[in-house]
Order: sequence, then structure tokens, then C-alpha cells
Amino acid sequence: MGSIFSTATVEAERLHTLDLYFIIAASVVLLTVIGATTYFSLKYRHRDHDDHAEPLQTSSNLKLESVLVGIPALMVLAFFFLSFNTTKAVLPPAGDSVPAVRITGHQWWWQASYPGTDVQTANEIHLPIGRHLLIEGTSADVIHDWWVPSFGDKMDVIPGLHNHVWATIKEPGVYEGACNEFCGQQHAWMRIRVVAHTPADYERWLAAAAQPAAEPTDRLAQAGAQVFARAACSSCHQIRGTAAHGQQGPDLTHFGSRETMLAGLLPNNESNLANWLRNPQALKPGAHMPRFIFAPDTIRALTAYLAGLK
Amino acid sequence: MPEPVEALPGLSLDTDQGLLQWISSVDHKQLGIMYLWTALAFMLVGGAEILLIRIQLAVPRNTFLGPEMYNELFTMHGTTMIFFVAMPAIFGFATYLVPLMIGANDMAFPRLNALSLWLTIFGGLLMYFSFLAGGAPNAGWFNYAPLNGYNYSSQPGIDYYCAGLLLGGIGTVSASINLIVTILRYRTAGMALHNMPVFVWMMLVTACLVIAAFPSLNAALAMLLLDRRLHAHFFEVHDGGSALLWQHLFWLFGHPEVYIVILPSFGILSEVFSVYSRKPVFGYVFIVGSGIAIGLLAFGVWVHHMFAVGLGNTANNFFAASSMLIGVPTGVKVFNWLATMRGGSIRFTTSMMFATSFLVEFTIGGLSGIAFAIVPIDLQLTDTYFVVAHLHYVLIGGTLFGLLAGLFYWFPKMSGRMLNERLSNWFFWLFVVGFNVTFMIQHVLGTLGMPRRVYTYPDLPGWGTLNLLSSIGGFLMGAAMLLLVYIIVQALRSGPRAGADPWDAYTLEWTTTSPPPLQNFDRVIPVASVRPFRDFKMPHDADHKEVGKRKGIYGK
Ligand code: HEM
Ligand SMILES: [Cu+2]
Repeated sequence: MGSIFSTATVEAERLHTLDLYFIIAASVVLLTVIGATTYFSLKYRHRDHDDHAEPLQTSSNLKLESVLVGIPALMVLAFFFLSFNTTKAVLPPAGDSVPAVRITGHQWWWQASYPGTDVQTANEIHLPIGRHLLIEGTSADVIHDWWVPSFGDKMDVIPGLHNHVWATIKEPGVYEGACNEFCGQQHAWMRIRVVAHTPADYERWLAAAAQPAAEPTDRLAQAGAQVFARAACSSCHQIRGTAAHGQQGPDLTHFGSRETMLAGLLPNNESNLANWLRNPQALKPGAHMPRFIFAPDTIRALTAYLAGLK
Repeated sequence: MPEPVEALPGLSLDTDQGLLQWISSVDHKQLGIMYLWTALAFMLVGGAEILLIRIQLAVPRNTFLGPEMYNELFTMHGTTMIFFVAMPAIFGFATYLVPLMIGANDMAFPRLNALSLWLTIFGGLLMYFSFLAGGAPNAGWFNYAPLNGYNYSSQPGIDYYCAGLLLGGIGTVSASINLIVTILRYRTAGMALHNMPVFVWMMLVTACLVIAAFPSLNAALAMLLLDRRLHAHFFEVHDGGSALLWQHLFWLFGHPEVYIVILPSFGILSEVFSVYSRKPVFGYVFIVGSGIAIGLLAFGVWVHHMFAVGLGNTANNFFAASSMLIGVPTGVKVFNWLATMRGGSIRFTTSMMFATSFLVEFTIGGLSGIAFAIVPIDLQLTDTYFVVAHLHYVLIGGTLFGLLAGLFYWFPKMSGRMLNERLSNWFFWLFVVGFNVTFMIQHVLGTLGMPRRVYTYPDLPGWGTLNLLSSIGGFLMGAAMLLLVYIIVQALRSGPRAGADPWDAYTLEWTTTSPPPLQNFDRVIPVASVRPFRDFKMPHDADHKEVGKRKGIYGK
């Protein structure tokens, strides 16, 4: 997990510089106030209880006041220009650029689609490094917010609107983030994983992701595939290469190759998966997936099928 | 209607005055005290809510509350603290003090005054009734659309939110109209506008802000009720509404609101700094002027709550400029209070201790506020725990410290009793330490990327430890609040008598008995400067006589 001080993108570097200037200026102001408060408190403390003499009744000083207005005004001016320039540099208008990825926020997971391909992923977003990437966001329901701290700027994703943010990722790696706008019951579990690849790796990943789902080979998984097709799973979930084309829930085409499930709630393994299918509300109360009353065998079959979708 | 006999009971716990007399009272002092009790009661409720929340957050992946209860509690905590603690506390001080400070015998409209109080109380009770009616509001105190709509929150909580806040809002607006008329029409002879105590000035600005800002909230609440109950389409995108309309309406109210709750404290602090430093407040004209400037600017900055919604760089930069600008008059005030201390003879009563520490805590909150006015910094930190830290440094380190300074300053006037100074000092230290432990840490959590309003969080490095510390700080503050209640009750029972003027103060309210009689004043002393009582006590050194000698002294 990064912080705003880890700068994974070129944009975040710019922000980091601005943050630093601000921290310096703010520290100077704060130390001045702390210093003056402490000094005056000690120096002018009333000590002698018998002394009732009144101090000098000074009540204003125009010159001092002007300085006290002038200094903050100048600082404000300086930071306005820094802010203005930084925004212009890191958030240029999108124009008609084609985004590298389109993000759609859902209660409570992220959908990512990659323009020019059929590829969709959920919660784990893959991006290449070294390119000036446009990330576009919208929402399918309520307002969410897209933020990966080490990338810098966040972006509210709002139903009916398309927002954007830029990122030029520097190094391959996994970068974590989370939804930042309160979006209901499971706002806590709407975490983001961005997997950044070298351009060559990214092309490889994209080509693999564009493949339809692997055909199940063993009997158990094949049984699972049949249940999936019959049991209404397919009305919400898509598995490319099969008849399942639902768009309500996450795309499961390559579910088995994901590291986490349920937007960062749990590692993706067969026992978590089985628990989820047994009772979604027990793992993630409020999640919009119905509970199906499956026999243990059915759950085993479904689990084998989904885990095999690499 | 039973009328109070001779002297008023003040804050007394004695029952000889009878409950009915309190309930039916139209006396501004009794109403003011009831406002303060209301604020204290809701403070204990809102505090209990947040302690449950801090238990839930003490360790990662905790299951103590569960998401649903958690969301209701944090929504109720925020809404309660803003609307049913801060607002009644402010209006309590104002209702009690404004007539006394301007030498009047009551507010302009005593019956309206009572109505305002009861509307506020019933608004709060109505909102809390939602717990029994099928679920409390759960979409946060700012209750964003479309999450606040029937499609996403079908429980009745949000309807109670609307109804409760509408009631309270009507009470607040009527109380403000009452204050404005009282201040403009009922000042004693000689009290020109430039002789008004800073607190009265700040309440005048605050009341104007209320009547300009609350209609926006009240309209939004009515629209939301229409959406939810009659399927109007104001805020629901899929029916052709706008999700951002709510935010514009809400923050057009909400931003002035944050000044509504801070300006009265600025007023209180100006009195406190002056009296305990034994000097006139430094730069009266600048302090009052910057208060008015803040009041005007407050309506031009609401979009800084919306930098991340994508209004574009032009709009964002405009509102960044106006927001940063507000830092200037605010900074002016801090330096003016420091200048008031300078060269003074400072008595560190508990009240003055809160005032002094306010300077530091509020500066921290103010600086992080400027950080949010800088668009790129806001885009990093908004809606993280850094915001939680910021707003509590402003609301607690600013507003509440000011209100507590006021409480310790005026309690003897209201009750006729002195508070136990030693215990009060304990309260101060416990509260200040607890406060900083709780919230300083949250700045760090925010920069680490912890979103606000999450009922739990993953076990990332440092997150558990920092949250645990923050929870411990919260419990220190809780203990401090209980101590405060004890201190108040103990003083009411058996505190030493205060006398009319225990602090050797400057303004008119101290010229009458403590607590004041039903008819506030037998005779109001002449007013010719901001410190009439001091002029009265020290005629040879009166402010208004010294115009030539003392450089820049105000007065006639
Ligand atoms: C037996 C049939 C189903 C199976 C095997 C299944 C499987 C899954 C799995 C593995 C996930 C985790 C995905 C991830 O971590 O990205 C998931 C999440 C989800 N499913 Fe299903 N699903 C089924 C039926 C449905 C149906 C019918 C709906 C729609 C009503 C639905 C809606 C969702 C939603 C909204 C999520 C995201 C939950 C969250 O993270 O908050 N699912 N499902
Ligand atoms: Cu979300």
C-alpha cells in the first residue's frame, strides 16, 4: 500500500513537490504561532497576586495589522499559482483522447473495460508503464471515488457523468487503492489493485485476457459449468466464450487468475470461494448477490469450475 | 402560565422553581440555559456513538458493529454534533448573553425565542426516533444523492433526517431573525455598533449567515422528501435528475455552516482573551471586519467540497482562489489574539487555557484547511482520514474550545457559582491530550490512503496501530466529558458563590447580579466604549477619554 508520499507516477511526482512546498510553509506558520503563544504565555503570565496594576492598554497598530494581512495574502497568492500550474500540468483536458481503461464503479466492486478489446476485469486493473494513460470513470449506481494514493489525484465516479484522470506509471508492480466516496453498506470493501506491467508484458497480458474462458477439463468442473449456466449466475456474470453475458456482477472470464476476491476482502482461493457461494451475506453483508441454496456437491463443482478459469 | 418569582434560578438544580416553569418559560436566560443543556445531552449521545465506532475501528477487520449499524452510527454522530450540539450550544450562549451584553431586558420576540428552542429539541428527538422506526439515517451527515434516494436507502431513516433537520432548521432561522432584530433594535443608549462587544458582532454576522444559508438546506431537504415519498426526480439520475444538484445545494448551505459554527467562538474568544489578559482586544476593527469578510466570502467557496466531482479546472481554480482567500481574515484573527496577549497580565484560568490552546489547535485545522483549498492537494486527500482530522481540529480545536472557554468564563454569571478550578484544570489537560492523540494520528492515516467512513479496514502496515491509538485518545476525551459533567453538577450543588463580577470583567452582563434577576438590569451603566464596565470601574482611565493619549484606542 502506497501513501501520498510514494510517487509511482510522473503526475504524483509533481504533486509531491507541491505537497513539500506546502508542508514547509505550513510548518513555518505553525511554528510561529506555537512559538508566539508559548512565549507570550510565559512572559506575560500574571505572577504577583498582590499586583493589581493594569498593563498598558494598547489596542491597535495599523502598521502591524497591515503586515499581518500582507504576509498571509502573499502566501496565498504564491500557493494559488503553484496550485494553478500543477493542476494544469497533471490534469490537462481529456479532449477526444481514447482512454486506456474505462472504470465503472458499482456497489461494491470495480469494473474495468479496455477500449478496443472485449476484455473486462473486476477489481484488478492492468495497465502498462511509461505511457501517458487516460483513465475514464463513471458509475452504475451511486457516487464512488477512484483513488490509488501513489498515483496522486482521485476521481469521483458519478452516474451519468464521465470523469477522467491521467497517470504515467513509472515502475511495474502492484498498487493499491480504495473507493473514497461513501457509497453505502460495503464502502469499506471496495478496494482497488492496479497491476502495472512493462509494455511487452502488458501486450502479453492483454492477449491472454482477450482469450475466451478455458474449457473445463475434469468432470467436476464441467458439472460446475453446467450449474453456472443453469443457476442464474449467468444473468449477472459474464464468462466470455460461454453463454453467460450478464453485466450486473463482475466478469468472471479469468476469475481463477485473480489474487483477491470481493474487492480486496479476501484472497482468492477455493475455500473462500466456496464460502461465498454458500452464503454471500455472511462474507460481505449487503452485497448484491443473491444466496442460492446449493448442495455441497454443487458448491464443490462450481468452485472447481471458477478456480479453473485462469 | 407560571411566571418565575423574583430572582431566576440560573443553572440551579433546585426544584423549587418547578419543571413547568422551565418548560413554559419565555425568559431568554432560561431558554439559553435550556439550549445549553440540550447541547450537553446530545453531546453525550453523539459521544457515545463515536466511542462505539472507535471500538469497531480499534483493530482491523473487527466485527463488533457490522456495516449497517456502523453506517447509522457515524451518520447520527456527524448530524447530531453539527445540528444538535454545536448549533444549540451557540444559540444557547447567544440567547443567554446577547440581551445582557447589549443592556436589554429580553430578546425582541420572547415567544418566538421559546418556539425556536423547542423546534430544535423536537427536531433532534424526531431524528432519534428513527432508531425505533425501522433504522436510523445511514448515508452520512452530508447524505449524498443518489445514495440518499429511495432506491439505495429504502429504510425510513433518511426521511427522519429530512424531517428532523427541517424542524431544527426552522428553529434556527427564527432564532436568528430574533437575534438580528434584538441586536439592531434593543441596544442600550450609547452602544453604537462600534461599541458592541465582539461576541455580539459575531452573533450578528452568524445570524445573517443562517438566514442566508439555511433556505438552501431546507429546500434540498424538502426536495429529497419529495423524491423519496412522491417520486419526484430531482436527484435520481436514472429518472433524469442530477446527482450533483444535491451537493451544490448542500454545500451552498454547508460551507457557510462551518463559519456559522466558528464565528461565535471567535466572538467568545475575543472576550476571553481581552479580560484575562487585562487589555482591550487588539485590533477591534480588524477583528470585526474580518468576521464580516469571512461571512461574505463564505458563500463563494462551496465548490471546494466538490473538487473531485469533475467540474473542470476553470471552476476548480476559481473556487480554490476564493477558498484560500478566506485564510487571510482567519489568520488576521489569530494574530490579533496573540497581540492581545502581548504585553498583557495574563491570568491562566481554565477558560484562558482553552483560549490559548485554541490558538495552536485551530491553526493546525486552519492550515490543513488551506491544504484542501489547493486543488491538487485536495484531490489527493479529500475523503480520506485526513479530512476527519482536519474537520475535528476546526470543530473541536476551534468551535468547541471556544465554547468551552465561554462556558468556564460565563458559568459563574449563569449559575451564581464558581466551578472547581483544580478539577477544571484536570478536565482541560485530559481533554487536550485526548483530542490530539485521537486526531493528530488521523492525518497520517489519511496520507497512508485510509478512506473515511469505512466500517473496517485491511491489515496494512501501521493501520492497526494508528487506529488503536486514535481509539485510546477517543476514550480519554470521553472520560474528560464525564468529568466535565461532574464538575458542572458539583458546582451547581455546592460551588462557592460567584458574586456579580468574579473576573473583574469589562462588559455589561457583569454589572448585574449572578445569576441575573428576571428583569436583567435595574439600571444600565452608561456606554461609551467597548468596555463600559471597565470605564465605570476606572473612570480616570476610561477608554473613551483616552482617544488622544492612547494610540488607536477605539471608543467615542
Ligand atoms: C451461482 C451463481 C453465481 C456465482 C457462482 C457467482 C460468483 C461470484 C463470485 C466468484 C464473485 C466474486 C467476484 C469478485 O471478487 O470480483 C461474485 C461477486 C458478485 N456477484 Fe455473483 N455469482 C453468482 C450469481 C450472481 C447473481 C445472480 C448476481 C446478481 C443478482 C450476482 C452479483 C454479484 C455481485 C454484485 C458481486 C460483487 C459483490 C461485491 O464485491 O460487493 N452474482 N459472484
Ligand atoms: Cu464506492
